[in-house]
Amino acid sequence: MNAISTTPYIVSNKKLTLSDPDWVRYTLIGIALSIIGLFLVFPLAIVLIEAFSKGWSAYSASLTHPDALSAMRLTLLVAVVAVPLTTVFGISAAWAIARFDFRGKSLLITLIDLPFSVSPVIAGLIYVLVFGAQGWLGPWLSEHNIKIIFAVPGIILATLFVTFPFVARELIPLMQEMGHEEEEAALSLGATGWQTFFKITLPNIKWALLTGVLLCNARAMGEFGAVSVVSGHIRGLTNTLPLHIEVSYNEYDFVGAFAGASLLAALAIVTLVFKTLLEWKQNQDLKAARLAAAE
Amino acid sequence: MPQSKIMPGFRPAIGLTLVYLALIVLIPLSAMLLKAMQLSFDEYWAILTNHRVQASFRVSFGSALIAAAIAAVFGFIIAWSLVRYTFPGKRLIDALIDMPFALPTAVAGIVLATIYEPQGWIGKLVMDNFGIQIAYKPLGIVVALIFIGLPFVVRTIEPVLQELDLAVEEAAASLGATRLQAFVKVILPNILPATITGFALAFARGVGEYGSVIFIAGNMPYISEIVPLLIITKLEQYEYAGATAIGMTMLILSFLLLLLINGLQWWVRRRSGQL
Repeated sequence: MNAISTTPYIVSNKKLTLSDPDWVRYTLIGIALSIIGLFLVFPLAIVLIEAFSKGWSAYSASLTHPDALSAMRLTLLVAVVAVPLTTVFGISAAWAIARFDFRGKSLLITLIDLPFSVSPVIAGLIYVLVFGAQGWLGPWLSEHNIKIIFAVPGIILATLFVTFPFVARELIPLMQEMGHEEEEAALSLGATGWQTFFKITLPNIKWALLTGVLLCNARAMGEFGAVSVVSGHIRGLTNTLPLHIEVSYNEYDFVGAFAGASLLAALAIVTLVFKTLLEWKQNQDLKAARLAAAE
Repeated sequence: MPQSKIMPGFRPAIGLTLVYLALIVLIPLSAMLLKAMQLSFDEYWAILTNHRVQASFRVSFGSALIAAAIAAVFGFIIAWSLVRYTFPGKRLIDALIDMPFALPTAVAGIVLATIYEPQGWIGKLVMDNFGIQIAYKPLGIVVALIFIGLPFVVRTIEPVLQELDLAVEEAAASLGATRLQAFVKVILPNILPATITGFALAFARGVGEYGSVIFIAGNMPYISEIVPLLIITKLEQYEYAGATAIGMTMLILSFLLLLLINGLQWWVRRRSGQL
């Protein structure tokens, strides 16, 4: 009798006090959705509205303008060089940090994260102070007729700085959590280091690695502040797509600016969609691995 | 000292890591340090106490502080709604939170300027009804930095809120606490560290932010000129000493913020039982 009467009491008590009153719930959801709509959805819509404000022909004309095309080519070139370098660095840093113990490891992790907390403008400034005309290597470089600042190499260097932690910070926590029993098993069965990496490690980290590469690529193609300092804004030569957007906007060519912006916004959306998919994949794999380990 | 005797590749992996770290990050950063050390203390002091420089520091840190505080409040509400409530489209909205991370800052900059300028979609609305101009004023900087800071707060609070044990709330409720009491005395102390961390991350990012701000700021010296822009202005005028001194000061302040954030994150992990 006692048991029968207390059970419903506890259930109703739970409902009363553990969930927020309806008016609180609806107010909070309302505020959250308004903020997200106002700050995240509306701006994306504006990009498209402004880009097509003078019709499709104006849109396609500004995207096929020689300056726009050369900006796109340069942006692709920068990404093609920067993303593989950051990826190779990220994998080797994760291997060293997650698979071995050594002194100064936490300092190394902090240093790898450092570019995240440096203002992009300072990322550009430091390269100007090394390679610029007034910089440490400036006189030597001009003697040998090598141009880094206000040229493509400077843009690539600044991009390498701002994308520096992207792959490493995706891989390090995952590889630390994974442990190295599987790799040790393969090694003790006679696999070489590279075989172990490609057959054991890589399949385990592939989704996180792809996420890191994807985010790195988005930043490499979209970086503005650091690149702006070292580029010199030479039209058709050192303008990346984000710089081309800035120049067009400042010259009141709004269709041109937003047409370029629409490409980068599309890149951002594609990046987010794939990131969500990859995180879901990664969680599935982790769950499967835990289930297998439990059995 | 490798922990596993049979695990290969320590030397090449750490070698590559350190060489790349030195080339891309450490050597260029020390180039700025060396350049800054060439300045005498008096020169350094004269640059930093210049009125325009001081005004830009006030603008950058002031607007980042206000924006981070607003982002902390709204970010908290968003994280709470996403974790505790169900509503249609929740998953899509959760993915959208990262938009300011993924959207290039120049795109964010021109879009926000277009929306909030006096003739813009929202700018005109606010101008006509309240007589407040948003874009090309310090307020515009705050708006841009809220946009940039929001995901930092949401993404820091979300996991802590998910891990929070409902049994504690149940205990409070069964001991007679009202929902508000349970929130203030049980839930809030548990997510406060994460909220402060999110606030600090948003603040740190806001202080150095450039791309999303310069289009909406108006960039008036003494009023709406941010520190990163002043560095670029000095560089364009070939005032390398000025740019270096300001850049070095910003870098030191970022380091201090980074240390503070690391401490806060340690606090969060300890509070949520991960340490």
